[in-house]
Amino acid sequence: MSVPLLNASGCLDALTAPDVARSLDAFVTKTVTPLPREGNPPPRIAETDHGMLNSIGLQNPGIEAFLRSHLPRLTELGVPLWVSVGGFSAVDYADACERLDERNEVEVVELNLSCPNVEEAPESAAELVRAARSVTRKPLYAKLSPATWDVAETARAVADAGADGLSLVNTIRGLALDDGTLRPKLALGAGGYSGPALKPIALACVHAAALAVELPIVGMGGVASGRDVLELVAAGAGAVALGTVLFSDPLASLRIREEVEREGSSAMRSLRVAVRGSASTPVPSPG
Amino acid sequence: MTGAGPATPAEAPALGVGTARRERLGVVAVDPVGPYTLLLLERGGLEPGVPGQFFMLEAPGRVLPRPMSLCSAPEDGLGFLVDPIGPGTRALCALRPGAAIAVLGPLGNGFELDVERPLLVAGGIGIAPMPYLSEALGGPPAVVGFRSGRHAEAAALLPGAEVVVEPTLVTDVLPADSGSVLACGPEPMLEALAAVAPGAQLAWEAPMACGYGACWGCVVEIEGRYRRLCVEGPVLRAGTPE
Repeated sequence: MSVPLLNASGCLDALTAPDVARSLDAFVTKTVTPLPREGNPPPRIAETDHGMLNSIGLQNPGIEAFLRSHLPRLTELGVPLWVSVGGFSAVDYADACERLDERNEVEVVELNLSCPNVEEAPESAAELVRAARSVTRKPLYAKLSPATWDVAETARAVADAGADGLSLVNTIRGLALDDGTLRPKLALGAGGYSGPALKPIALACVHAAALAVELPIVGMGGVASGRDVLELVAAGAGAVALGTVLFSDPLASLRIREEVEREGSSAMRSLRVAVRGSASTPVPSPG
Repeated sequence: MTGAGPATPAEAPALGVGTARRERLGVVAVDPVGPYTLLLLERGGLEPGVPGQFFMLEAPGRVLPRPMSLCSAPEDGLGFLVDPIGPGTRALCALRPGAAIAVLGPLGNGFELDVERPLLVAGGIGIAPMPYLSEALGGPPAVVGFRSGRHAEAAALLPGAEVVVEPTLVTDVLPADSGSVLACGPEPMLEALAAVAPGAQLAWEAPMACGYGACWGCVVEIEGRYRRLCVEGPVLRAGTPE
C-alpha cells in the first residue's frame, strides 16, 4: 500500500532544502500570518528524553511578502503546495484566505487553529473555519490541538463550519527545565511538545475524529517509521505528515515509504476501509 | 528513536542543501583529549567541507542529532571533538569502534580562508574546528584559552599555539595588531573579540534541532532580525549578532 506523506507545517523550509520538499507528496508551508512576525526570542528549542519542545512563535514574512517572493519560488519546486494560515482573529484568517483563493498554485489551505506558542484568536475553531470558508473555495484543512478533552466535538464543529479535512495533531504545550538551575530551558517558558511522545496522543485524536466525522484526516505526531504511518492509517488517517523526524533525518520519507510498502499488508488496507466507511472500527472506541 | 534510521551509503541522496549528504558512518576511534573526546568516524561519501562548517551527528538514544564542527579530516575519516556536557554529547563520547551513527553534512557557512595574516583564537571546546582550519591555512599563529590545566590538554591538537589558562584570557595576550582573527569559543570571548578585532570571523553556537534551516530554532539576532544561525552562519563577521 502507499500512503501520501507530507511534512508537518513549520518542520521544513522548502526553499533551503528543495530536494527534501520534493521527496514528499505535498509541501506544507510554515504558517503565514497577515503581518510579518519576528517570532519568539531564543532559546527556542529544547530536547527532552522522548521528544522536543519548540517555541518559534510563528516567525514568517507575512502574507504580502509570502505571495510576492516565496510563493513563486515554491511553485518552481513542482510539488503540490499547501499553505498554512494563522492569525489572531477571524478577520486575519479571512484576509489571508481571500488572498490565497485567487492563487491557482495553492492546492490546499491549512488553517493553523492551534499554535501553542502564540495568543489564540478569541473566536472558536469553528468560527475561524466559517470565516475562511466564506472567502475561498479552496480545500480547507483545520489543524487542531490535541489539548482538548473531546477532539470529536471540535471535529464535528469545524466540519459543520465547512472544513474539507482535518490535520491532527498540532504540538501540545510542555515545559522543560534546566538540569542545573531548574529554570525553563526556553526563553518564554513553555513550548510545543513533539516527537515520539506525541504519537499515542495523535493516535487517540485521529481515532476519535475519524469516528466523529467523514472528513479526510492528515495524521501527524511522532511519526518516525513506516509502522507509525500504518498505525495512524489504522486509526483513520488517509495521509500522514512528518514533523520532528525531519530534523534528524531530512529524507526520512524515502525510508518510511519503503517500510510502509513492506509492512502495509492487505489487512491494513481493509482496516482503513473499515474505519472510514462503516461503524465497525479496528480499534476499540473509548469508554 | 527517530535518529536511528538507516541511510544507505551507496544511495545517499542529496537534500538540495549545498553538498550535504546523510550517511551512516562507522566509528573508527574514540580517544580522550583532556576532558574531551576525539571521535573519529569513517568518511563514507561525505565531503569534509570548509573549516567552520558543521555536521549533525546522531546521538544514540536521543531524539535530536547534535551539531559538531569538523575537527580533523584525515584521509578516509572525519574527526569531531566532543565535550560531554549533556545526554547527547555523553552518548557520542560513549561510542566505541564498530558502532555506526548517521551523520549529515557539511552544513552552514565556514570560515573565509582568503585573508591576510590569519590569527586563530579559540576558547575551551571552541578549539574543535581549529586543527582543520589551521591545516587549511598552512599553520598560522594561534592563541587558545582554557578554564583549567586539564582542559588545556586539548591544546595538543594545535601544536605551536600559545596556550593560556584562566584567569588569563585570550584577549589578554592578543597582539596589538592581530591581523585577521578567526575564532571559536564561548559567547563572552567572541563578544570581547568583536570589540577589539573588527571584521573578525566568529563561529557561534546555538541550540539546533535540524542544522539545515527547517526548524527555525537556532536564530540569533542579526541587524535587529532573528536569523537562522545554521543558514547564515555559524561563522559570522564580527558585529553581526547582537
